[in-house]
Amino acid sequence: MKSFICIVCGFVYDEAAGRPEDGIAAGTRWADVPDSWACPDCGVAKADFETVEI
Amino acid sequence: MSPSPHPDAPLVVIGAGLAGWTTVRELRKLDATRPITLITADSGDFYAKPTLSNALAQKRTPEQLVTTPAATLAQTLGVTLLAHTRVERVDTTHFTVSFTGHDVPTTLPYRALVLATGAQAIRVPLQGDAVSQVLSVNSLQDYSVFHARLTGVSSSENNSKPKRPSILIMGAGLIGCEFANDLASAGYRVRVVDPAARALAALLPEDTSAQLQTALQDLGIRFDLGQTVIAVNRSESPSGAALRVTLSGGESVDADVVLSAIGLHADTALAQAAGIACERGIVVDAQLQTSAPGVYALGDSAQYQAAGKRTLPYVMPIMNAARALAATLAGQPTEVKFPLMPVAVKTPALPLTIAPPLPGTSGGWQASDAGEWHWRDDASTLRGFTLAGAATPRRAKLAAMVTL
Repeated sequence: MKSFICIVCGFVYDEAAGRPEDGIAAGTRWADVPDSWACPDCGVAKADFETVEI
Repeated sequence: MSPSPHPDAPLVVIGAGLAGWTTVRELRKLDATRPITLITADSGDFYAKPTLSNALAQKRTPEQLVTTPAATLAQTLGVTLLAHTRVERVDTTHFTVSFTGHDVPTTLPYRALVLATGAQAIRVPLQGDAVSQVLSVNSLQDYSVFHARLTGVSSSENNSKPKRPSILIMGAGLIGCEFANDLASAGYRVRVVDPAARALAALLPEDTSAQLQTALQDLGIRFDLGQTVIAVNRSESPSGAALRVTLSGGESVDADVVLSAIGLHADTALAQAAGIACERGIVVDAQLQTSAPGVYALGDSAQYQAAGKRTLPYVMPIMNAARALAATLAGQPTEVKFPLMPVAVKTPALPLTIAPPLPGTSGGWQASDAGEWHWRDDASTLRGFTLAGAATPRRAKLAAMVTL
């Protein structure tokens, strides 16, 4: 499982934790997160995230 | 209003923070070819500024915070980047900016100009012989200095026992609380001094402040509220701490590092010198235009007519403003419309999401479900909210219920 960071605000999407509050179950791979999903902290698109190892 | 007299001149952007780069990024989606020159006093490297106050516990070095080097961004976006270059003058009559590049005085015409000059940390006058040692962290460069100081203290060999450095933070606002949490989680001893009676007093209902304080105190953080720092002096204390801080209550406290986090003020110096209207920030209308034709401003330096003449030093307003400005610059005049923009407070001890009401709205906070507070106006309409801890996931649901 990997983590992805929003390049704008630093919000981290952790695949293991998912984002249940946005309807994204724990364990959801980044590739399976819908393209319409936006960063909950700053509103940028999924395309503006990048992979990081934290 | 007549357009600028330099139709072939580049769009000039001053400032390479989130506001400057995002404007360029958004404009490139609409216009791939027009010439853009970005001028910045720093390196122009891109980093997420909100991470500065939560990087220590993750053991991230200043270098690791850079998400895209300036040269890469400039190439990808097709921008002429003038880094480490400070604009000295804007001439709004002749539509030019002047600076010294490689020791050569240069004047560059602009077709349109974007001021994204950001904000500076507010510093209060202090007494003592070590005031120059007080740090603020408002940029990656500042963070590098702060990080080096912390690392230096931790590894100093003048004490045989391993030492837990102590940090005194001036300010129990958003940035002060985030740094306090981050430093405590990274193993530092932390004290927070603020003249207010409670933490995050400007944003939070009273009982949420109390919860946040308790959560931070559980990490070992000590609050000295209702007090200010009077003086910072060099210390000769046997504890080995570098600084001795005098509080208004009379107490003297040892600290290895003093961090001032009492707020920001818009950097309006360049605009003011150019005769552009400024109040608390550079005054911009709904299309983000300043009082000078062809000159725009956004980000921490701007004071938005579209937001009740407020400055909005957060990420979400910048993203909204940059999109609207990019459309205007691409020939589609667009007014910025700010939606409800909740602020996430990155205090893992008690994560918070705050959507404050518009200033001047009369009403007050009401407790709702656990961890949830509603701000209701006199007609009982929901105008804002605060969510704490396990309640923060309800953000989207509540945001949809708020009347702006």
